[in-house]
Amino acid sequence: MSTLTKIVVNCETGEEQILNLTAEEISDLEASAAAYEVEQAAKIAADQAKAELKASAKTKLMAGLPLTAEEADVLVI
Amino acid sequence: MPTYKLISSVTVGSGGAANITFSSIPATFTDLLIKVSARTNRADDSDDLYLTFNGISSGYSTRNLEGGGTTVSSDSFAGIGTKIGRMSQNAANNTANTFGNSEVYIPNYTSSKIKSISIDNVREHNGTYGSLNFIAGLWNYSGQPAITSITFTPNGSFVQYSSAYLYGISNA
Repeated sequence: MSTLTKIVVNCETGEEQILNLTAEEISDLEASAAAYEVEQAAKIAADQAKAELKASAKTKLMAGLPLTAEEADVLVI
Repeated sequence: MPTYKLISSVTVGSGGAANITFSSIPATFTDLLIKVSARTNRADDSDDLYLTFNGISSGYSTRNLEGGGTTVSSDSFAGIGTKIGRMSQNAANNTANTFGNSEVYIPNYTSSKIKSISIDNVREHNGTYGSLNFIAGLWNYSGQPAITSITFTPNGSFVQYSSAYLYGISNA
């Protein structure tokens, strides 16, 4: 695995440095990325569930069938 | 009449980079504008890019308005408090050599008050899906320091040719 680096540009001098990440920085980065993956999975699942509820509510409305409370919730702003 | 001056820029080399920092930002301007073009190596359809100031990981809040072609949503995110996000960028599963784009505006970056940040972001990859984000952010940190450094960090790593340009805006 290649070494993780960061780029730091000093705006006063114009100097650009490419530095290796410290162990702590790598640990923070890994923790953040892991949290992001969990968050993304939850967001995708929530979006999918909402889309399914809306589709079901629309079908029932057009057929004159009663909605569940969850289906009504996604239609009421 | 406002003037617009390039302060500094960076283009990521072949080794990639976990993050990009502009340090020692001069306090001689009124506002800051950063234009970012980025792609990361995250093995998915997108990655998110985050912003922190002065190496500090607290005091931030974000609201994200997102449009995805057929869907719209509004959210904050799990990292709220520790950084400003989420600028959606292209990642490894997107069409090769396509990059996301962000424009970050920071008015009154040297003030001793809460800092506001507005971000206009787009991700598209010459394919069937893209997304657009408008992001409103605040940095409310103890002592309200002037912004002297800005760091951009994705979840993956920036790939070669990702770039960032920092401009200073003056009111004279």
